[in-house]
Amino acid sequence: MKVFYFLLLFGLILIGGSVFLARFSFQQEFQILKDVSLGAMSIFTSLLAIVATARLIPQDIEDRTIYSILAKPVPRFEYVIGRLIGVILLLAITLVVMTVLFVVVLYAREQAVLHETARQMNSAPVEQLQQALQSVRTSGLTSNLIPAIAVIYLRTCILAALTLFISTFATTNIFTIGVMVFIYFIGHLQGTAREYWLHEHGADWAIRLFLAFVALVFPDLQAFNLVDQVVTGAAIQMALFLKIAGMAVLYITVYTALAVVAFSGKEL
Amino acid sequence: MKTILSVLAGLFGFGLIKAPLEQRLASAEHNSGFSVAAMNLGVREQLGQEGFVAALSGFRAVVADVLFIQAHVAWENTEWSRVLLLFRQATTLQPHALLFWDMAAWHMGWNASVAALKDPNQPRTALRVKAQREYLALAKDFLERGIQNNPNKPQLYESLARLYKEKYNDHRRAAENFAKAAAQPGAPSYDKRFAAYELSYCEGREREAYDELRRLYDMGPKERLPTLISRLKVLEEKLNIPPGDRIQDH
Repeated sequence: MKVFYFLLLFGLILIGGSVFLARFSFQQEFQILKDVSLGAMSIFTSLLAIVATARLIPQDIEDRTIYSILAKPVPRFEYVIGRLIGVILLLAITLVVMTVLFVVVLYAREQAVLHETARQMNSAPVEQLQQALQSVRTSGLTSNLIPAIAVIYLRTCILAALTLFISTFATTNIFTIGVMVFIYFIGHLQGTAREYWLHEHGADWAIRLFLAFVALVFPDLQAFNLVDQVVTGAAIQMALFLKIAGMAVLYITVYTALAVVAFSGKEL
Repeated sequence: MKTILSVLAGLFGFGLIKAPLEQRLASAEHNSGFSVAAMNLGVREQLGQEGFVAALSGFRAVVADVLFIQAHVAWENTEWSRVLLLFRQATTLQPHALLFWDMAAWHMGWNASVAALKDPNQPRTALRVKAQREYLALAKDFLERGIQNNPNKPQLYESLARLYKEKYNDHRRAAENFAKAAAQPGAPSYDKRFAAYELSYCEGREREAYDELRRLYDMGPKERLPTLISRLKVLEEKLNIPPGDRIQDH
């Protein structure tokens, strides 16, 4: 039900945004529509990943469901992994629904603009008409958006795995969510800290120690934030996408493994 | 206690493994054109606290769009200083968005500069002209910085060429920039024609312009557009091209 509210809000932003943006030129309209939609996808799925995962283990403990699950021959690692897979699937379904909504709205606007352009340039030479239509198509729905959305998904999966890890030793949901919000912000600056730590040798040792702590402990979430450039026309090549996906799988595996270790030692 | 130590050891151990991998991934992204604009205190002052935090948390594109919409409203209200400030912020946040550079230059070069020249509150013509030139310089600056950030995209070279042509009446620089646009991947076919048209207005470069226009003409009927034919005829007269070598009447 809560996922439905996220989707409803996303749909309203998308449709409301597209109506409001009709006053701009088609390049402006498409760019802002894509920025806002992908930004909304990013924030909603990140929030969902954190909030939905943070309450899993505490809720099971509070409801005492965990005792009946673990009383059966279910190892703790299976319980943790099962919980994570559930959230990852939920995030996948949510993102697919958002993507479909986004594609439908953008496609509808693109078709309307193409139709309008063709009507306005009815008497223009064929070459000019083709160039104008091509310009609309390149500003609208392109296949470059799909890997960008996939990268958003990978980032939310990392956030889910990390939230699960934090929730294994946290005592309340609020603590987990609070810590994750900090991690979210620091994660976007981790790259800067790492750069400085690795290359700026003249800095004070205390600063370098702090930067090393940030670089070693936090994930680099900025590496998964490529949508801004994709909207402006950049394309994620397959080789780069595979590197990003590989890094995401590494993060998810390690954070899940740490969650399993922490949960195995937890007194219930 | 043992569990806590194991988890901490795992976390730091993973940190040592992941740091070089992250560094390599960042380099790969940078090499593929996914570099992030620097966020410094100057940007912080420009954006305000909320905008800066939003930009830091991975929503710089959305923040830049909000600034762009604000700039649009400021333009509707003819608040030129605010338009300038907002476009500076938007282009700082999204240096790869050609649209922001192009619109910023258009507002400065075609709207603010004209408004400055016709400013009813400034009785002295010299000061109105000075203000107009300042806005034109701002337009040029936006386009040049846009090109620095996006050197392989033809659109901003085209805009700079149009600025030189229409506002500075500098056909040589206009021709250079149209030629640069034509050399970029995905450039429209008219860029090379426009470069030749502009060259045809440059004193002393008529022969060069004639050769280029003739080369385009000889490529076939698709290139034989009315402007190309009329410029060729002007140059034929100017260069005294023998009648047998001239293009036929259309």
